[in-house]
Amino acid sequence: MSLAHKVHYKTVFDIPKEELFAPGHGLCAGCTTGTIVKLLLKAAGLNTIVVNPTGCLEVSTTTFPYTAWRVPYIHVAFENAAAVASGIEAAIKALKAKGVIDPNKRINVVVIAGDGGTADIGFQALSGMLERGHKVMYVMYDNEAYMNTGIQRSGTTPQYAWTTTTPVGKVLKGKLQFKKPVAEIVAAHRVPYVATANPAHFLDMMNKFRRGLEVEGPSFIHVLQPCTTGWRFDPRLGIKIARLATETAMWINWELDHGEFRVTVPVPKRKHVKHYIRLQGRFNHLTDADIEEIQKMVDREVERINKIVGKEVIGPVVE
Amino acid sequence: MSEWIRIPLTSNYAAAYAAKDVDVDVVAAYPITPQTPVVERIAEFIANGELQAEMIHVESEHTALSACIGAAATGARVFTATSAQGLELMHELLFIASGLRLPIVMAIAARALSAPLSIWGDYSDVMATRDSSWITMIASTAQEVYDSIIQAYKVAEHSDVLLPAMVAYDGFMMSHTYEPVYVAKDRSIILEFVPKKKPSWNILDPDKPITIGAVGNPDWYYEFKYQQVVAMENSRSVLRQVFEEFSKKFGRWYNFIETYNMDGSDIAILTYGGLYGTAIEAVDIMKKQGLNVGTIKLRVFRPWPEEELLKILKSLKAVIVIDRAISFGAALEGPVAMEVLTSVYKKGLSTALHSYIASIGQRAVMEEDIIAIVKKSLELLEKGVVITEKPVYWGVR
Amino acid sequence: MTSHVKRLAGWREIPIGGAIIQPGNSAERFTGDWRVFKPVINQDKCVRCYLCWVYCPEPAVKIVDKPYKASSGREWKVTFEIDYNYCKGCGICVEECPVKAIDFIEEVK
Repeated sequence: MSLAHKVHYKTVFDIPKEELFAPGHGLCAGCTTGTIVKLLLKAAGLNTIVVNPTGCLEVSTTTFPYTAWRVPYIHVAFENAAAVASGIEAAIKALKAKGVIDPNKRINVVVIAGDGGTADIGFQALSGMLERGHKVMYVMYDNEAYMNTGIQRSGTTPQYAWTTTTPVGKVLKGKLQFKKPVAEIVAAHRVPYVATANPAHFLDMMNKFRRGLEVEGPSFIHVLQPCTTGWRFDPRLGIKIARLATETAMWINWELDHGEFRVTVPVPKRKHVKHYIRLQGRFNHLTDADIEEIQKMVDREVERINKIVGKEVIGPVVE
Repeated sequence: MSEWIRIPLTSNYAAAYAAKDVDVDVVAAYPITPQTPVVERIAEFIANGELQAEMIHVESEHTALSACIGAAATGARVFTATSAQGLELMHELLFIASGLRLPIVMAIAARALSAPLSIWGDYSDVMATRDSSWITMIASTAQEVYDSIIQAYKVAEHSDVLLPAMVAYDGFMMSHTYEPVYVAKDRSIILEFVPKKKPSWNILDPDKPITIGAVGNPDWYYEFKYQQVVAMENSRSVLRQVFEEFSKKFGRWYNFIETYNMDGSDIAILTYGGLYGTAIEAVDIMKKQGLNVGTIKLRVFRPWPEEELLKILKSLKAVIVIDRAISFGAALEGPVAMEVLTSVYKKGLSTALHSYIASIGQRAVMEEDIIAIVKKSLELLEKGVVITEKPVYWGVR
Repeated sequence: MTSHVKRLAGWREIPIGGAIIQPGNSAERFTGDWRVFKPVINQDKCVRCYLCWVYCPEPAVKIVDKPYKASSGREWKVTFEIDYNYCKGCGICVEECPVKAIDFIEEVK
């Protein structure tokens, strides 16, 4: 729990009741994006303009003539959410300066984008937006593949994962490359606030959304989004798997707030990665030896993080 | 006590002055030869406080038009400029901007498309946007660039139109050459002509939340495209209105096409952009030689000005179309010639049409070339060539 | 049996540019028919922890101002109800309920 800034959401009772995300959309049953977006809009409120590139969220929620959005929303193309958001932010600035929009009115500009539209095709626009310092919060929901077009691999697909373009065959078994560390690359742009979040830890996630909206400049929140359809697990396990990601330290929830690094969800007793991996069909082909290899990589990463923080925020594997 | 000052400007600078005088709110542009001075001059205006606008120093042209779309959707008046490869990089967004019905105005310093790489002027980049549902005007003088951009805002923002508009001019031959231009002493007279009203297009407003850019499945997509067809059709009368109003208010006359020396001519050269100036010179020289031909300038390319064109063509024996781009493999590879031919045939006229391609990649076209083209066409007419089977690729080695 | 021909709006009747002007009108589409299994909250076991409401992706869990007295004697001010018009039967609420107060019943149609 961060001590440096005010924590808005301490318990469930602090979560606003108003629903700005309407049901009746076409997201898969059990899609944790619904949970993430619903809570994001509660944190951001009505005075929020949402920019959403092409992806699962966009096609499921805005098929004419129906929309699930109760805030102003725009979709333009796949790779340019950050660019469109830059234009909106600049327009608001210009119109406030000319008195067309009340200069005291607070309008949030939030990008909600998938890993597809961000880490790969959308990277240029994102980097440009960060460099120019627009006051935009960019939330990337990461389901670790191009899910909308049918589970093809993306830059954020983890090593070994099955996808339709990295299938498991006799010669090649799953993705060869590592997961692109998007949040770290964003952090290298030296923006005021970068964080990783997880819908299982919803208060932590919502507080990070609030913080991202507060800072003067760009912010980036990388949210893990377990995908029942693409990761191949029973729809009821979405949140459980998200929680296991944190508990096994395959996903670390941290924030970098004006240069100060904190792990916001400490894990004193870690679980072996097999608890996370064996629940997902996309890793069915992994042998125990493969899993041990992954465990070693996670151990190294945990060591690195503990060193940066200066104390053991993520503990040893006990289960 | 004139409201205008007459200053030497290149077409690029004229475009920048127009953007300043319509009081744009947001400019998002990426430098590319030969458009760069437009962006640079606007940056200077903002730095000097002469223009109050947000300039987004985008990292590519794709982002430039994306940011313009975002800003226009927020209700701002926006401007951008580009050429060739930049225009191609924004290609998908041209269709999105018009599909979303946003009144974005863009200046194009027309440049040849790669490959091979060419920074030099021709109209291949503009011709490649023909189907994108943008209102397209092609200017021949720097004054016209300034005036056309101002008119473009008025047409684009009209509630019966709401389509983006582009104003193109020759890369280098116009973009970098100085001409005397009348610009407003104070932008208030321009803003009287093209005032900033509450946006009539779809905007992002927390007080009235709407969804912009929805998915259009087969049950719906067609109707949205048809709305664009109607808007393009409406733009004909709106353009007419705007040209009339502009002429009355500012005393400079504009129309869909322009003509020179048509009295008593039964043959005319039709071209566009700065080449029209060369054609006028050639016509004057030919007149002294005893050859009376006229010249027509195509000013509005989209929507296609069939009515205005046919008024002139119906009294002509032949029209010599000099195109400045190639439509490879097309029925007639001169893009404008192909459209003129369609209009002529639609109305059952018997005007002969000779298609020529010239000034590709800024291959020089002098008055002598135009005179030689006319003489060649006279020969072809003698031989009984009514319509050229293939265009004459003038000057290729 | 009458056949219904749904008449879709024409180009003059729809907003331009594909804009949707009624916020949140996806609520007119009931997705409850996606379900195979149906979550049923046992109001007696429910401790009103809010978690089902937090996690539901639709959202299809409502907080209703309906007081409830459990058989244990515990009195609650609110009740959580599943909106079966929208519930897709994903089972996240069933999985996450800390006291296992939600049953997951196969819906026989």
